[in-house]
Amino acid sequence: MSEAGNHAELTRRRMLQGAGVALTAAVGTAVLGLAGPTGTPAAAAGPGGHDTFDEVYRGRRIQGRPAASGHHHHGADYTVQIDGEELHVMRNADGTWISVVNHYQSHQTPLALARAAVVELQGATLVPIA
Amino acid sequence: MAVRKNQATLTAKEKRDFVDALLQLKRLGRYDAYVATHNRFIVSDTDNGERTGHRSPSFLPWHRRFLLQFEQDLQSVNPSVTLPYWDWTADRTATAGLWADDLLGGNGRSGDNRVTTGPFAAGGGQWTITVRPDSRDYLRRSLGTGVAQLPTRAEVESVLAVQTYDAAPWNSSSAGFRNQLEGWRGVNLHNRVHVWVGGLMGTGMSPNDPVFWLHHCFIDKLWAEWQRRHPQQGYLPTAATANVVSLNTAMKPWNDTTPADMLDHTRHYTYDSAF
Ligand SMILES: [Cu+2]
Ligand SMILES: [Cu+2]
Repeated sequence: MSEAGNHAELTRRRMLQGAGVALTAAVGTAVLGLAGPTGTPAAAAGPGGHDTFDEVYRGRRIQGRPAASGHHHHGADYTVQIDGEELHVMRNADGTWISVVNHYQSHQTPLALARAAVVELQGATLVPIA
Repeated sequence: MAVRKNQATLTAKEKRDFVDALLQLKRLGRYDAYVATHNRFIVSDTDNGERTGHRSPSFLPWHRRFLLQFEQDLQSVNPSVTLPYWDWTADRTATAGLWADDLLGGNGRSGDNRVTTGPFAAGGGQWTITVRPDSRDYLRRSLGTGVAQLPTRAEVESVLAVQTYDAAPWNSSSAGFRNQLEGWRGVNLHNRVHVWVGGLMGTGMSPNDPVFWLHHCFIDKLWAEWQRRHPQQGYLPTAATANVVSLNTAMKPWNDTTPADMLDHTRHYTYDSAF
């Protein structure tokens, strides 16, 4: 991923944060979730209506899919992995998403959240959390 | 009575005592338990399930109790220490005294966001990040990157003007003072400050950065200010409510403190001034 991509992502996050629209703009999330420069089209929509994704973003493999039935992990029916390690994610009441490394900033889709986590991690490896 | 002061008004000795007490708790192995407790709550507090520390009415009394416990721990090391607060509406740049070497140290460097100055810099060897979401064991900050501007005084005033403490469904989608102060709705105060600092402050393990305490001390002060301005309003809900801590329900993890017990901070400390 280019520096420009990073900049665009930061700018978008800043915009969402500053205008407070992250909390209201649920429309078009599927488009946002799939339209990334290296985005792989979703294989299927999960039971929760969230798309499955599997792509390489800035050199990291990011995967997202609905969690196995019965596996409700802290309010998420969805699981995200970065290079095979679980990223703890949570869904907000308005449908937006946060993760353990972006816990105070909502993202529109699990894919956007996973990409933001890759930016935040700067190459570091996720470790299991208690 | 202990007085909590604006960090900008601390004397050199007060800053030194505060920093030394933080380093001592870290050395003794007691500091990291606060980081772990905070993260345990933040990952388990959910909008549609049990919620205590965040995204719920008890966000404010929970953090008040959490800060009190931490402050008492600091005072066990040095009885003269109280928590300072950071008024981010006033000290709103990366060059504020808060980020100087005699208090919290500065911004992270470009590239890896590693804090390289001040008492908590990785190079000092006194602040290894052990309770962490990823492999990095050094304190990181990225001031003003995730969001450009800290909240303004006018934005705080607009939230202090909200009459009702909280409202159903008592979560991140609620109307009311608590959720606007927390930041899931409206101009976004508390959440935005976590994002502005960046690095570990943006994670569930945010108490890894000592600025966590100064930020939450100011949030606590704003709750006191809201109470002062709205004496006819109070904590809600007052009646038992599923998954939510009502006025007279004990809060985890202490199980001996209710929101009602936390309403009057002057039993424990006062602030140096009104907002
Ligand atoms: Cu918290
Ligand atoms: Cu906080």
